[in-house]
Amino acid sequence: MIFLADFSVIKPDFGLIFWTTIAFGLFWLLMAKYAFRPIAEALKEREDDIQNSLDEAKKAREEMAKMKSEHENLLAQAREERSKILKEAKLVGDNMVSEAKAKAKEEANRIVATAKEQIENEKMAAMIDIKNTSGKMALDIAEKVIQKELASSKEHQSFVQKLVSEINLS
Amino acid sequence: MIFNPLFRKGKLNIPTKPSKKRNRSYKIRGERATFALIFREGLINKLSQRVLKKNVRMRSILLIFSYIILTATVAVAHDHDGHEHDHATEQHEGHDHENGDHDHHHGGHDHGDHMACGHPTHHEFDAGATAFHHIADANVYSIGPWSFPLPCILYAPDGNGLQTFMSSKFGDRDTHGTGNKAYKGYVLDQGTVVRVKDNNFPQEQVDIAGIVHLQEKDAKGKEKNVPHVCYNDQLYKCDKKSTADAGLFGGGITSYYDLSITKNVLSMFIVCFLLGWLFLSVAKSYRNRRGQAPKGVQSLIESIVVFVRDECAKPFLGHKYMKFLPYLLAIFFFILGLNLWGQIPFLGGSNVTGNLGVTMVLAIIAFIVTNLNGNKHYWEHVFWMPGVPAWVKTIITPVEIAGLFIKPLTLMLRLFANITAGHMVIIIFVSLIFILGDVGNNAGVAWGTSIGSVLLTLFMMAIELLVAFIQAFVFTLLTASYIGAATEEAHH
Repeated sequence: MIFLADFSVIKPDFGLIFWTTIAFGLFWLLMAKYAFRPIAEALKEREDDIQNSLDEAKKAREEMAKMKSEHENLLAQAREERSKILKEAKLVGDNMVSEAKAKAKEEANRIVATAKEQIENEKMAAMIDIKNTSGKMALDIAEKVIQKELASSKEHQSFVQKLVSEINLS
Repeated sequence: MIFNPLFRKGKLNIPTKPSKKRNRSYKIRGERATFALIFREGLINKLSQRVLKKNVRMRSILLIFSYIILTATVAVAHDHDGHEHDHATEQHEGHDHENGDHDHHHGGHDHGDHMACGHPTHHEFDAGATAFHHIADANVYSIGPWSFPLPCILYAPDGNGLQTFMSSKFGDRDTHGTGNKAYKGYVLDQGTVVRVKDNNFPQEQVDIAGIVHLQEKDAKGKEKNVPHVCYNDQLYKCDKKSTADAGLFGGGITSYYDLSITKNVLSMFIVCFLLGWLFLSVAKSYRNRRGQAPKGVQSLIESIVVFVRDECAKPFLGHKYMKFLPYLLAIFFFILGLNLWGQIPFLGGSNVTGNLGVTMVLAIIAFIVTNLNGNKHYWEHVFWMPGVPAWVKTIITPVEIAGLFIKPLTLMLRLFANITAGHMVIIIFVSLIFILGDVGNNAGVAWGTSIGSVLLTLFMMAIELLVAFIQAFVFTLLTASYIGAATEEAHH
């Protein structure tokens, strides 16, 4: 009952060669067809999917960035426009105000001038009135004085008339 | 556990010659083991460089530690071998003392043929032989104390042709798997079927007294260990089964072929079945969960598949990787599955990928796949290397042609040597208990050794787990690189 001091594993046995060929051959063919190829393809498909999604996301991000910059441009433009409009509006407003002021001043001046003229006129009229009234009064007074002295002398009357007209209302 | 009457005789009468021979064989065996270990060290080194890149000090400590342990083991084994010669006749084994044959053998120093037919009880413990027995293929599947019969398919061209029967026909097996019956001219010798060469041997089922191994000289004058069957107090010479090594490793074509479903074949079937079931279910979840994230075992397998694809297939095959990926995955998982199956304790420990026959088939398939896919550019480089002077071509071409065959040869030997060495080292660690415990005569030392032995075995098994993955990966990687070289497009 000696153990074979025999390194038998180094001697390739025909039976083992035969069955290994069959076992590995079947394993290879069946697994390649029903497991390894479908798995490898599914992996590839999924990886392609992921890559595509990433690419798409990148593209979308780029587009977003582009849109954003466009937006910003637009906004800046709008802002510029707004300030321009504001400036213009201010200018117009200022002009209007100054114009109105000038107009008002002019009007005021005119009104004042008219008023002065009227006042002058009124004054003239009043002077004339005063002249007339005071002449009459003086005449009355003088009549009464003369009547007393001349008692209706024509000469006196004309004389007085002459005097009255000589009074120049200047 | 050796019993060899002639060897003992030689030991007593002419002590120098056999002992010298045995020493030489141990030396060769030792060198082989050392070579395997050195190769293993290289791999561990490579791997730990990856794993422990950050911690150089820890890596070197680990390396030194593992190197010391491994060399120490070899040294212990050597010591034991020497020791064994001095005390060969004094060593006993506890459990085989039945039938009262004990005294008969103990007393008798005159070994006649009749002696060989007795029940042997007297043997030494030989760690090397134990290891060889445990890594060998067998026609029974032994799990612990149980052994299950397997179908035998035997073909003897000159005898009774094709025979198929269960190995239970060989009757009850003893602790070493030797059957007590012969059937159709075959007997079960330590778990392996051998054929009785003699035509006078009965073909029906008969009881045999036992099988002894005798040292004989073959035609070339080489000493060989030949099993003989004891039947009716006569010795019948047995033939070993035919092997495909063309006599290179001591085998060759004999009188019969063994196409049985052996332990290794059954292991292969079981592993293929388990892997098939696993991958079909994973493929199914890929179908059902199209476009979704992986889940459960699918994510485990996916990470390995992606690893093989990105580390082996894509770097060498480029955009053509899809064509060869199923093949690469098949060899990777086939080798990995079998490596791991052999690592499971208490499950027979079948050494499938550590058998040269298996790795030979894998290497031949790799050779065929590589060269069938070789393009014009590849063959041009093999037979008529462009761009070198003609006289250089006369040197390069033979080298390139030799390289075609050396590549699969190295694939075959690397996997075989690594897995076999791993199995052997573990068995030798366990054997330390028997060696140092003096085969049960020194229970205290045996108990003490068992603690260290279990720790060493545990350590070794952890490394073996690593090696199982590395070897599957290396085989796949190199195959991919060979295919890549054969299908590379010309670029000048």
